[in-house]
Amino acid sequence: MIQFLVHEKNDTVGVATVDIKAGETAKGLAMDTEEKVEVKALMDIPLGHKIALRDFKSGDTVTKYGHDIGKVVAAIRKGEHVHVHNLKTKRW
Amino acid sequence: MKIPKFMGYRRENGRVGIRNHVVILPLDDLSNAACEAVANNIKGTMALPHPYGRLQFGEDLELFFRTLIGTGANPNAAAVVVIGIEPEWTDRVVQGIAKTGKPVKGFSIERNGDINTIAMASRQAKEYVQWATEIQKTECSLDELYLSVKCGESDTTSGLASNPTVGNLVDKCVEMGATVSFGETSEITGGELVCKARAATPEIAEKFMETWTEYNDFIMKEKTDDLSGSQPTKGNIRGGLTTIEEKALGNLQKIGKKARYVGVLKPAEAPKGKGLWYMDTSSAAAEAVTLWAASGAVVHLFPTGQGNIIGNPIEPVIKLSANPITCSTMSEHVDLDVSGILRGEMNLDEAGDRLIEVMIRTCNGRFTAAEALGHREFVLTKLYRSA
Repeated sequence: MIQFLVHEKNDTVGVATVDIKAGETAKGLAMDTEEKVEVKALMDIPLGHKIALRDFKSGDTVTKYGHDIGKVVAAIRKGEHVHVHNLKTKRW
Repeated sequence: MKIPKFMGYRRENGRVGIRNHVVILPLDDLSNAACEAVANNIKGTMALPHPYGRLQFGEDLELFFRTLIGTGANPNAAAVVVIGIEPEWTDRVVQGIAKTGKPVKGFSIERNGDINTIAMASRQAKEYVQWATEIQKTECSLDELYLSVKCGESDTTSGLASNPTVGNLVDKCVEMGATVSFGETSEITGGELVCKARAATPEIAEKFMETWTEYNDFIMKEKTDDLSGSQPTKGNIRGGLTTIEEKALGNLQKIGKKARYVGVLKPAEAPKGKGLWYMDTSSAAAEAVTLWAASGAVVHLFPTGQGNIIGNPIEPVIKLSANPITCSTMSEHVDLDVSGILRGEMNLDEAGDRLIEVMIRTCNGRFTAAEALGHREFVLTKLYRSA
């Protein structure tokens, strides 16, 4: 069963398609290449929310849809929840 | 892919429609009652009441005429009766629609009153409906279609599945020679440079940026404290969308990966050729679809997450959703369920083909969910107060 999708293979986050529980090894799929990806979830990731596919430090750029969707404002480890507490737009 | 065929209506000017309406079109708010009376008298006709048409001026008046004339000129309308309070503006709408070659006649209420106007217009509408109901469909092909795309009540399932499904259809349809339009100027904010990069030439890209900047400046000027923190909305954030860029990029999935837009259209302006066109519209569903119908689009594709239920009287609106909750709790509104993409059971290419199939069935005459449910949201865009 698929638990998260990645829009493009080089994206640095995936999107949960079910509620993912902390500690699970979540199974994902890249939508463009249909390649399988696995990530151990370090936190609960609710359906529709983002899971980090690599480690980030503050100031790094997050890529989704193959594009810049904002900057990291608090360090994120692979498998953690990515949302408003650690990701902000660069616009304002 | 072989270019799909369907049975449609090829109009006097060569344009292809998929519905065969006899429209009773009010010039102004005052004429709604007479139009509704005519539509009640003559079965098979449709009145399009609206609240405007008096004391408008400047660019707002031009948009008003473009919208009314374009609605009557749409190939989904076989014939049109126009009713207005006075003859001059009524005739301007009649003359505009008449350029298509389709039957159209105007009636004005001053010096006749409602009752005589309704009697005269009803007699004309009866002739039109008997003529229109005898028109035989002819074989048409997908490359003769003009379709429009816009999403609503989006959530993360829109960006993941239903919007890219529309994008897959758009890539395939543009390649086959169809005409497609997208817009939602205000919801492109955050992805405007990505949208700019999809223009066919640097000149078109600059024109897009001018249009977007003008709309964005207007929003920044008019916004209140309530609006300033609203993109993404609280609902978007609850659903997992974090930044305005992420929301806009999800929206732009609808234009596919390959097609480049070949021009920038004013609201309700007809495309000048085939291919993908950008139109300056608001992101409010009924307003935007009314503008596309007025530009001549004959079928609309509408992906939704949380379940927008919009329909349009002239242009059938096909809805798709990938949100399993929406597909089960609001199933009567959903024409295509693509939630299988989220479960890894269906890929985007398969979903795009399924959507083309639903679109062709709609073109062949099958009612959309919104048509069956009677959704006829006809909402004119008004740029500013009347004089």
